Amino acid sequence: MISKWARYFLAALIPALTPAVAGAEGYNLQAPQTIIAHEIYDLHTLIFLICCAIFVAVFGTMTYSIIKHRKSVGHKAEQFHENTLVEIIWTIVPFIILIGMAIPATKTILAMKDTSNPDLTIKATGYQWKWGYDYLHEGVSFYSSLATPRDLVEDKTPDGARKRAEHANYLLEVDHPVVVPIGKKIRMIVTANDVIHAWWVPAFGVKQDAIPGFVRDTWFRVDKPGTYRGQCAELCGKEHGFMPIVVEALEPEKFALWLAEQKKLTAANAMASGSLDGKGVYDKICVACHAAGVAGAPKFGDKAAWAPRLKQGQEVLYTHALHGFKAMPLKGGATDLPDEQIKAAVDYLSAAGK
Amino acid sequence: MEAATHAEAAHGHAHGHDDHAHHPSGLMRWVTTTNHKDIGTLYLLFSLTMFFIGGLLAFGIRAELFQPGLQYWEPEFFNQLTTMHGLIMVFGAIMPAFVGFANWQIPMMIGAPDMAFARMNNWSFWLLPPAAILLVSSFFVPGGAPAGGWTIYAPLSTQMGPGMDLGIFALHIMGASSIMGSINIVTTILNMRAPGMTLMKMPLFVWTWLITAYLLIAVMPVLAGAITMILTDRHFGTNFFNAAGGGDPVMFQHIFWFFGHPEVYIMILPAFGIVSQVIPAFARKPLFGYASMVYATSSIAILSFIVWAHHMFTTGMPAAGQLFFMFATMLIAVPTGVKVFNWIATMWKGSMTFETPMLFACGFLFVFSMGGFTGLVCAITPIDIQIQDTYYVVAHFHYVLVAGSLFAIFSGTYFWLPKWTGHMYSETLGKAHFWLSLVFFNVTFFPMHFLGLAGMPRRIPDYALQFADFNMIASIGALGFGLSQLLFVAAIIKCARGGEKAPAKPWEGADTLEWTLPSPAPYHSFETPPVIK
Ligand code: HEM
Ligand SMILES: [Cu+2]
Repeated sequence: MISKWARYFLAALIPALTPAVAGAEGYNLQAPQTIIAHEIYDLHTLIFLICCAIFVAVFGTMTYSIIKHRKSVGHKAEQFHENTLVEIIWTIVPFIILIGMAIPATKTILAMKDTSNPDLTIKATGYQWKWGYDYLHEGVSFYSSLATPRDLVEDKTPDGARKRAEHANYLLEVDHPVVVPIGKKIRMIVTANDVIHAWWVPAFGVKQDAIPGFVRDTWFRVDKPGTYRGQCAELCGKEHGFMPIVVEALEPEKFALWLAEQKKLTAANAMASGSLDGKGVYDKICVACHAAGVAGAPKFGDKAAWAPRLKQGQEVLYTHALHGFKAMPLKGGATDLPDEQIKAAVDYLSAAGK
Repeated sequence: MEAATHAEAAHGHAHGHDDHAHHPSGLMRWVTTTNHKDIGTLYLLFSLTMFFIGGLLAFGIRAELFQPGLQYWEPEFFNQLTTMHGLIMVFGAIMPAFVGFANWQIPMMIGAPDMAFARMNNWSFWLLPPAAILLVSSFFVPGGAPAGGWTIYAPLSTQMGPGMDLGIFALHIMGASSIMGSINIVTTILNMRAPGMTLMKMPLFVWTWLITAYLLIAVMPVLAGAITMILTDRHFGTNFFNAAGGGDPVMFQHIFWFFGHPEVYIMILPAFGIVSQVIPAFARKPLFGYASMVYATSSIAILSFIVWAHHMFTTGMPAAGQLFFMFATMLIAVPTGVKVFNWIATMWKGSMTFETPMLFACGFLFVFSMGGFTGLVCAITPIDIQIQDTYYVVAHFHYVLVAGSLFAIFSGTYFWLPKWTGHMYSETLGKAHFWLSLVFFNVTFFPMHFLGLAGMPRRIPDYALQFADFNMIASIGALGFGLSQLLFVAAIIKCARGGEKAPAKPWEGADTLEWTLPSPAPYHSFETPPVIK
């Protein structure tokens, strides 16, 4: 619908307009890769063209007046100073134009918000200054940091300038990109650990603030395999400019291979670093509050305190432990632990409370 | 709106003897002054100084962004530059400049002898220099100046060093100054108008300031509350905005923007007022749609309280919230459009001349309106989600604040300089200032639209290679814009020191009361109130 309107306008106007509209790289929004990004692109084109038309009409009038109604060409001032009809018209007409803009915009908003029925859910966590990714149901987790060497960024010699110019994807490359399958609805759950960040991939039309203590979600479905690059879009401290986002979209088969590989790696890592079991996590972290019942925390083994909580079901307990609840900080404050270990600790606590 | 001639006659001799009799001279004159004109001058000079300090910081930003790579500053210092540039320009340059205009012009335009609370007026001004010193000195404390952006979002701002506390105190003091100034302006306008000057006969500049003053009184306490909560989060263990302690970081943004959006109108409504005086004067034709201008200004002010979350579309509010704030924001374009149409209708079939004030007013119309259009683009939620926190927004608000507020300040300065100094300014300098400003402004800020659309985030000290060309152009433009402003200073100094004597009414089409007074305006404006027919 929207794109039909936009095309209609484009067909009429594009030949007359500069590359700025035609979408020449670097002048306009990045080439859209998702439905939402497409809708945004068309919406922007539509509104841009309407604004241009109004601009030409209004300032054409002004320019005409500036040329014709000047004292130096002998124009005498008339003294009219109101005209109710004209004033009503130029209040109503913009109003109608605005409604015309609001209708397609509303549709896109509703589409952007629909995160239901995802095929894959990935949690992105903003840290000062890197991103952490958890594939929630696959048990795969990793960090993703800037891969451009710092020396290159800080090289102040003329040679440095040349090396930067030759460095493909300068500041837009990471050590571990997020990998997603094409053609699948990906739900991104976005949160942060310290201050507010924002997860932004322009080609997907996705930007979501990552807010500590809050969990927000957004979605995308990308159809073309490729590497898509974005950046943190909310000032988050000194390295704000140095925490890019790279998404690699693979065919489903390749994605499955990648995922299997990651699972093996994660398992190996867990073994190597002597992963904590539920009791281990409890003894290290949770004990701080749950032993004595600090700030209303249910005490370890206190059946009366645990009974109503257990009734909510294990999933709710997991969510509260993972994302925080009342005075309970997210992951008990141990935000670097993988979700699996926190869940194990919840199991351990609830077994003792039964 | 013409003063009866006897008022003018009364002035002629009243001033012969007591013009300079009642006040100390030298430095103490300025410290102790309760005179609206002296205080107006102080505000304007203060603002000019801050404008140059803020400009210097901006130049530091543009120098770093001239090329990819970290050339001059550490990222942390870069963030201090952007933050302090914003804070200084908003609270130190634009707002005080308009208060300066209010002080000089409102009593003269409504036929009053002075402001209502003359001593409080002195106090409102003299709070500003200590506040500015606090703010600027934050560069020299450990950890440096505030670096969380002028929006000082929590919880980033709770992480900063003591510079943040200095910034918070400075804002508190400036806020107090603004509130006092506003109370003074409201009281003056409501109580001290000359006989016969009904509200609907007031010059539009007075109207816009009346509305602005109400906005200030309403929202400065909100800002004070927000930054006080940051202060207690930082030092007294509260958790207003700390999620780990049960607080809400998004709440800070709601409170900040409840102040922040009316604040942007605080910075533009007086500019609308100035332009509404200048255009009729040089078109030699009454302002078109006076009543609708008043209603449009009022509705902009009222709407400005219900649009704040358009700055927060990416925080992830529910669809209903996004829709409401989108519709409300789009609605503001209607009264804004009405104003632009009225100004153009005022020019239509006039008999225009283009002295410097009129040039700046026309420049304002052209370029501010482009900022209005990009505002509309930002208001469309899905588009905003792409361009929020990018250079597109930076372009938008510089189009409205530099080409809007600042050009109006320039226009008003050239318009009233003859009245303030008694001399005509140099038309050559003024015109050069205008054309250079207009060209370099666009060279600096137009490419930023492209940068933002193509995906360059704001507030970053280094950028990917595809953004290099436009950044270089913007930096060159910024240098040119900054240097052009030296012409402004030159024009003011030249005019203050001498030059062709200005007649009481140098502009043929001007018809407000200040032009019935001699130039320079006498120390006490209207001792005998003029009578408005
Ligand atoms: C037609 C009128 C206007 C509309 C519809 C409008 C809309 C918007 C929107 C939606 C944003 C948020 C953009 C974002 O952060 O993603 C914004 C930002 C901004 N606008 Fe406007 N605006 C208008 C006029 C003005 C005026 C008159 C001023 C001031 C003189 C102004 C100053 C600002 C500033 C300072 C920001 C950015 C604040 C920041 O994030 O640092 N705007 N505007
Ligand atoms: Cu706003």
